[in-house]
Amino acid sequence: MNFGIPFTPPEASSIAGSIDTLFYTLLAFAIALGAFLAGLVVFYAVKYRAGSKADRTGERGRSLPLELTWTVASILIAFVIFGWGVVLFLHREHPPLDALEIAGLGKQWMWEFRHPGGQREINELHIPVGKAVIVSLASQDVIHSFFVPAFRVKQDVVPGRTTHVWFIAEEPGRFHLFCTQYCGTQHSEMGGWVTAMPPEAYAAWLGNQDHAETLAADGERLFRALGCSGCHGNSSKVRAPDLAGIFGRPVPLNNRQTVIADERYLRDSILNPKKEIAAGYEPVMPSFDGLVDEGEMQMLLAYLKSLSAPATGEANQ
Amino acid sequence: MSASNESVAFDTPARERRADAFAMWIFVGSEAMLFGAILLVFFMARISYGAAFAAASQRLSLPLGTLNTVVLITSSFAMPLAHLYASAGRWRAALWSLAATVLLGLGFLGIKTAEYTMEFREGIAPVLGAPFTYDGPDRVHAEFFFGLYFAMTSLHALHLIGGIVVIAGMLMLWTRANEASRLRRVHAIGLYWHFVDIVWVFLFPVLYLINR
Amino acid sequence: MSTEALSPPGYLSEGAGPAAWLLTTDHKRIAWLYLASLTAFFFLGGAFAVLMRVELATPSGDLVSDDSYNRLFSLHGIIMIWFFLVPSIPATLGNFLLPLMVGARDLAFPRLNLASWYVFMLGSMFALFSVLAGGVDTGWTFYTPLSTLYANGFVSMAALGVFIVGFSTIMTGINFIVTVHTLRAPGLTWFRLPIFVWTMYATALVMVLATPVLAASLILIVLERVFGIGIFNPALGGDPLLFQHLFWFYSHPAVYIMILPGMGVVSEVLPCFSRRPLFGYKAVALSSMAIAVFGFLVWGHHMFVSGQSAYAGVLFSFLSFCVAIPSAIKVFNWSLTLRKGEISFETPMLYALFFLALFTFGGLAGLFLAALAIDVHVHDTYFVVAHFHYIMVGGMVTAYMAGLHFWWPKLTGRLYSETWGRIAATVTFLGFNLTFFPQFVLGYLGMPRRYHTYPPEFQFWHVLSSAGAVVLAIGYLMPLLYLGWSMFRGARAPANPWGATGLEWQTASPPPPHNFETTPKVSRPAYDYPMKGLRHEKFSPHKEEAR
Repeated sequence: MNFGIPFTPPEASSIAGSIDTLFYTLLAFAIALGAFLAGLVVFYAVKYRAGSKADRTGERGRSLPLELTWTVASILIAFVIFGWGVVLFLHREHPPLDALEIAGLGKQWMWEFRHPGGQREINELHIPVGKAVIVSLASQDVIHSFFVPAFRVKQDVVPGRTTHVWFIAEEPGRFHLFCTQYCGTQHSEMGGWVTAMPPEAYAAWLGNQDHAETLAADGERLFRALGCSGCHGNSSKVRAPDLAGIFGRPVPLNNRQTVIADERYLRDSILNPKKEIAAGYEPVMPSFDGLVDEGEMQMLLAYLKSLSAPATGEANQ
Repeated sequence: MSASNESVAFDTPARERRADAFAMWIFVGSEAMLFGAILLVFFMARISYGAAFAAASQRLSLPLGTLNTVVLITSSFAMPLAHLYASAGRWRAALWSLAATVLLGLGFLGIKTAEYTMEFREGIAPVLGAPFTYDGPDRVHAEFFFGLYFAMTSLHALHLIGGIVVIAGMLMLWTRANEASRLRRVHAIGLYWHFVDIVWVFLFPVLYLINR
Repeated sequence: MSTEALSPPGYLSEGAGPAAWLLTTDHKRIAWLYLASLTAFFFLGGAFAVLMRVELATPSGDLVSDDSYNRLFSLHGIIMIWFFLVPSIPATLGNFLLPLMVGARDLAFPRLNLASWYVFMLGSMFALFSVLAGGVDTGWTFYTPLSTLYANGFVSMAALGVFIVGFSTIMTGINFIVTVHTLRAPGLTWFRLPIFVWTMYATALVMVLATPVLAASLILIVLERVFGIGIFNPALGGDPLLFQHLFWFYSHPAVYIMILPGMGVVSEVLPCFSRRPLFGYKAVALSSMAIAVFGFLVWGHHMFVSGQSAYAGVLFSFLSFCVAIPSAIKVFNWSLTLRKGEISFETPMLYALFFLALFTFGGLAGLFLAALAIDVHVHDTYFVVAHFHYIMVGGMVTAYMAGLHFWWPKLTGRLYSETWGRIAATVTFLGFNLTFFPQFVLGYLGMPRRYHTYPPEFQFWHVLSSAGAVVLAIGYLMPLLYLGWSMFRGARAPANPWGATGLEWQTASPPPPHNFETTPKVSRPAYDYPMKGLRHEKFSPHKEEAR
């Protein structure tokens, strides 16, 4: 009965409902307060219009108790809304451990996604319903932003770092995917569709896609082609850190600090190896800045992560 | 309204002088935000790339930097002398002190130019398309350091040039200005000059003395 | 045009040639220089907006190309923010009224004041040049690395224009602060100052302390584009988010540069037409200062989904709720000012009441954006666009119109048509809501901002918005006509047509060159409006027109 006019976006993810609850509660509060103030002003405007016979005796323009009351009330209400927003927001920070990880790459002006099995798609993203999906996002050029309104998720994609967004689709369907950070000429064309499908259908879809190798296998091939294995391999003459199980592990550095080998560390170590040098090793590794693009970086990271696949869960805890 | 006032808004020269000094303080506060923002960028970068920055900083010329600091601090003595003489009505001495301030400022700029030239020759000036041939560790972030170095020191130099131009203008109009407005101008430019010196006193250790 | 109309009394009659205007140091004439330039920029920026809305009436991009559209919204933003909203009330009404309100002969530094206009014009020449030469397509936010490495418009030129205009802002700010501190009339203590002066003071503080940070970020952008220094370029070790931090450290306080003066205007108009003192004067005065201070601490709320740490997000959300409280307090105070008044609905009062409605609405929408989880969904959508237009246009521009109509008799010594004024105010209000309310719905539906084309299901709301834009444009064009007419042909105004308190009404309309015949002395608080039965002799514009 809405004549094809949309009023609300679909609620298609596990968090959409709770965010809408906050939104509509806040909307009700805003309408109530707005209506009260509008009513008050209109009431005064009519009652005290020039020439009316209303009683105007009384104190001059101040009332400390009244002012204190509304100040304290504003503070309390603001903090309730603040707290509610924070609780839902921090949910973003804790993706489930068994999530399916898909690599997403933004470039002017398209999205490229690669599934763990190596399946590539452009401006389309197929995901299974009911399973947590993490999209790890990188950008080839400028800042983009990954936005699926039906899932109520958004994350900027910043060149030079990896960001993440995760969601659980709750119903099958095709949903808009937008880029929401202005990124140049065809910004408004940089979008597509997210297709949520039942897990069986997703598995079938994956099977039908052309793909030579998994993302990690592509990464391994690249690892050899770039000559990484020459030093990091088991039989190499140059002494370089062993990368088995590296991801998520603490790495002692030569400046007596320790860092966790997360995506940032691995990325920096490839592009800028002299920045943080593992303790006990010579800084002999050359920089691969300019030799690997963001897509290849994602393959390498997938490969390095696959080296510690069984240990990942442990390391994250 | 006395004839010695520059602004119709004030009734006495003393009030106008206080207002001038107050305005200059506000302006200095505003300038402090400008340099503060850029220093903040520098510190954030330094936290991330400390080692690269420390190594790159070694390439700057410490003797020339120190010499420049001495020159500028000396000018900061000449400036209040000018103010002191002007307050005492010793206009000739004030004039000479101002001239000395300008000369010291020009000296600073001369040394800075020599330093820039050296850095261009050494290939550690990643600006204006000059070749960057730095051979130390972590080239990328060293380049970042030198970029910031040129941004910060040239911004400071621009402020110094501004101060020199204003003092030179004051000296040219010296005979035409009455005593009240001379005093007011010396007071105001003095505040500005000290501020520019203090900025250098921050920049010098931050840029030249990392890990020395 | 009769010779009588060409020789208005007061400051307007002191010399008429171009030199008498372009070399004047009279703050009242400089206000007119600004008013003329800002009006031109307002309609230029408005024309860009109308073109955009016409393009958006259909989902496909059929009127202008994508590059042209991107230039349109970039220039609309740049011009409206830096060449209209930031200087709007301070440089025109503030310039004209601040010395009058504190009982001074002029601003503290009249020549600096004139210089600020020239600097403003110089900056605007750069901006106009970049418009004519082919435009800028970075958005008004100049986000890196798009602006430094990828955009091909005249970015450096536009950034330089904005940078130069910043100097003019700082000059005005210094002038205002010194004037308020040193030139108050005898007896005019801080807590007797009109709220308009308080808000000008708070605005000036923000101008002086925030603008240099914008200058720093623009310098770094230009250095990066021209000299290849890589401060925001990740490939050279820089960080693109650093730019956003610097930019919003200025641009969020700039929001308060834009709205505080509007709050000041409304705090003058509401008491006058209610014949009541402003409710809770001290709370309103001090909340202006609180807004100026808190405004510096909330920049990170533009970056909740940018990849900054989640805990920074929580902190910035908390501070954003804090900055909402002084604004809420003001809304309550303004509403209560009407109580037990003798309210009449002249044009300035209508604009002020519409301000109250639109500002409240926009402020409530701000609560949604400050709430982290909702912001994740609506960030960079039309919801944000609607929110800041409710504050900036519905709030600030409406207050600007209220102030312009309120003080028009003082500025020109003439009256305008009250009937046309009321019609224009109402048309603006209706057109505004029709334009921007649908954008809230679009935003929650997920329509991203800065889109040249959009999915067809959003069209209904876009068509409503575009229709509203046309109505709104008419609402803004009407004052141009009847105020323009009034400037030359309007009936003469008396010194105090509204029966208002405030020193500016105690001198002639228009005021003499040095404002007051004798320096006024103040012995009463601001807004000393009469209680029942003590009504001022009030001038009725209708009778004057009928003569």
